[in-house]
Amino acid sequence: MEQRLANIWRMSVNEKKFIENALLSDHRVDGRRPFDYRRLSLKFGSDDGTAEVQLGQTHVMGFVTAQLVQPYRDRPNEGTFSIFTEFSPMADPSFEPGRPGEAAVELGRIIDRGLRESRAVDMESLCVLAGKLVWAIRVDLHILDNGGNLVDAANIAAVAALLTFRRPECSLGGEDTQSVIIHQPEVIDPTYKEEIIMGGRMTVTMNTNEDVCAIQKPGGQGVKQSEIMRCLRLASQKATDITDKIKKAVEAYDLERAQRKIRRHSSSSAQAACGADIKMSKQVVDVTQKKIDGFKIQSKDPMNQEEVESDTDLENSNTRGENNSFQQVDEIHGKMKSVNLFTGRPSSWHPYGKGITSLSTCTSSVALSAPRAMEAEKKDTVALERPNESKLEKPSVEATVDDSHTKEMSASVQQVNQKKSLKDAVKVKSRKKKKVASTMVGE
Amino acid sequence: MEYVSPEGLRLDGRRPLEMRQINAEIGVVVKADGSAVFEMGNTKVIAAVYGPREVQNRSQQLSDQALVRCEYSMANFSTGDRLRRPKGDRRSSEISLVIRQTMEACILTHLMPRSQIDIYVQVLQADGGTRSACINAATLALADAGIPMRDLITSCSAGYLVNTPLLDLNYVEDSAGGPDLTVGILAKMDKVTLLQMDAKLPMHIFEKVMQVAMEGCRAVAQYIREVLLENTKELEYRRGL
Repeated sequence: MEQRLANIWRMSVNEKKFIENALLSDHRVDGRRPFDYRRLSLKFGSDDGTAEVQLGQTHVMGFVTAQLVQPYRDRPNEGTFSIFTEFSPMADPSFEPGRPGEAAVELGRIIDRGLRESRAVDMESLCVLAGKLVWAIRVDLHILDNGGNLVDAANIAAVAALLTFRRPECSLGGEDTQSVIIHQPEVIDPTYKEEIIMGGRMTVTMNTNEDVCAIQKPGGQGVKQSEIMRCLRLASQKATDITDKIKKAVEAYDLERAQRKIRRHSSSSAQAACGADIKMSKQVVDVTQKKIDGFKIQSKDPMNQEEVESDTDLENSNTRGENNSFQQVDEIHGKMKSVNLFTGRPSSWHPYGKGITSLSTCTSSVALSAPRAMEAEKKDTVALERPNESKLEKPSVEATVDDSHTKEMSASVQQVNQKKSLKDAVKVKSRKKKKVASTMVGE
Repeated sequence: MEYVSPEGLRLDGRRPLEMRQINAEIGVVVKADGSAVFEMGNTKVIAAVYGPREVQNRSQQLSDQALVRCEYSMANFSTGDRLRRPKGDRRSSEISLVIRQTMEACILTHLMPRSQIDIYVQVLQADGGTRSACINAATLALADAGIPMRDLITSCSAGYLVNTPLLDLNYVEDSAGGPDLTVGILAKMDKVTLLQMDAKLPMHIFEKVMQVAMEGCRAVAQYIREVLLENTKELEYRRGL
């Protein structure tokens, strides 16, 4: 049952009437037009997978963490994904600490439905060892300030956090939510006061493909079917807008993070790496112009995991290819098995940067080729895996595998880098892997 | 699994646009002010309404309208595996909220200020479409309790599998992973109050599926009207009119 506390702030009748009358003449109290969104600002934390969203006065933070767990018995090769919401009392005096209230549960479930059923998060790539170990992704959403329209802000925070999440090297793109008030006047992105007087609310989660991923209209005023379709069309417009904004913010953040990591290394390698970085950023920029076709998680090999499933291989190889530009760094540092370098490497990857091209060209094809490769060359893929986990060798082979999936320009860049690294390569083992991989590409 | 056979029959022998058998009964819980049992195929739901009565928690009292509360729970024995937490889990919490807000839209709450209306819904057998069955049962129970309403709210679910819109999904079709759409309408006004969907659907297909669901809702409304009419005739007869 809903717990309505006595310290809920009740709006005066005057204020209610004022806002209603203003809305009837298409005026909103904060000066927006009926279908305008508030200013969206997206900030990222120092850790991977943290995002802070400010939508006008509404302030929401999203955190993504991952843990290795046993999978469900009926889904042995899928990871798990769960969302937790924390309605902090500092956001609104009516929020109770402790058990989530109705609104908190509803918000969590809306976001969960949107991301889960639409397959925004690729569960199978979270698998580490079928039947034994999978990654359990947990998204925590903390509401810091309730300025209205928590659903949208929380959804953006969840999506942005998942996009920047790197452990275990998962990247994700997501859909987006619009909250449309249905009152005689219809309004998008309601503020706190508008929410109090509204008669009904509808939340639509869509992806950039014009697919409706989830709809939540929990009661409230009745509306005609035609109006609902109109709201859907409006929502799809806004979805593309907001997804663009999120992507830009995430890319800027990725770039900045990559640059941070590079500067930490020695100067000589830094120069070489910086050169590569410029190329990398160039790729990123080109990539932003491409349309994203749905989203999926690309998993990379987790740290020091000997038993990595080969079904994640191709995805790994895809994303690893992007890291080619940082190969030199690794070579120079030799076969350091230190955890540090390993963490440095994944985070300097631009899974999203490269991932976008692969995503746009073939989210499905990556999935397709994975099983194909699995059937054909199980040994090869396993062989590819091992160096990454244990030796930190730079399988520049991934670059060649990547070629088959990505644009030519990036491919040529990769190859240039590859040539450099081939010469630098010291270990005989890595050459073998490259040969192996090149046969893979040939197929 | 063949959700729609080449001849156009679903797993339980229905056609894609065919609903399951509906059955409703009023006045089953004698103590309650209003109650109803609603069956949609194998899904069986019982609803009881208490109210309007005095608000139990003074702090929640609303001075200008009635307070509507709703509690949704599933019986332990309602599903195949015995449920451990029939109440208080997130899904129950969300569905309670959804049912409450849906019924609030149709109850004329301003006629009963400072009072409280409780709707308790319990799922006895779950075979897909429990949300819809609960709303239909709640409508009947509210009507049985004599609570003034704007209109009858009826609800039905629909899905999209094997490129066909399917009406009134059962549990097997629901867990197939395809889109699942639940629609609740105000029967006479033909307006949508409840709309929930999960999984992906392109917009034009969504429109089709929604229309199918609304047709289902209208059919349920027709049946509910008949049941209420029967009930009224009974009452008239008993009063000797």
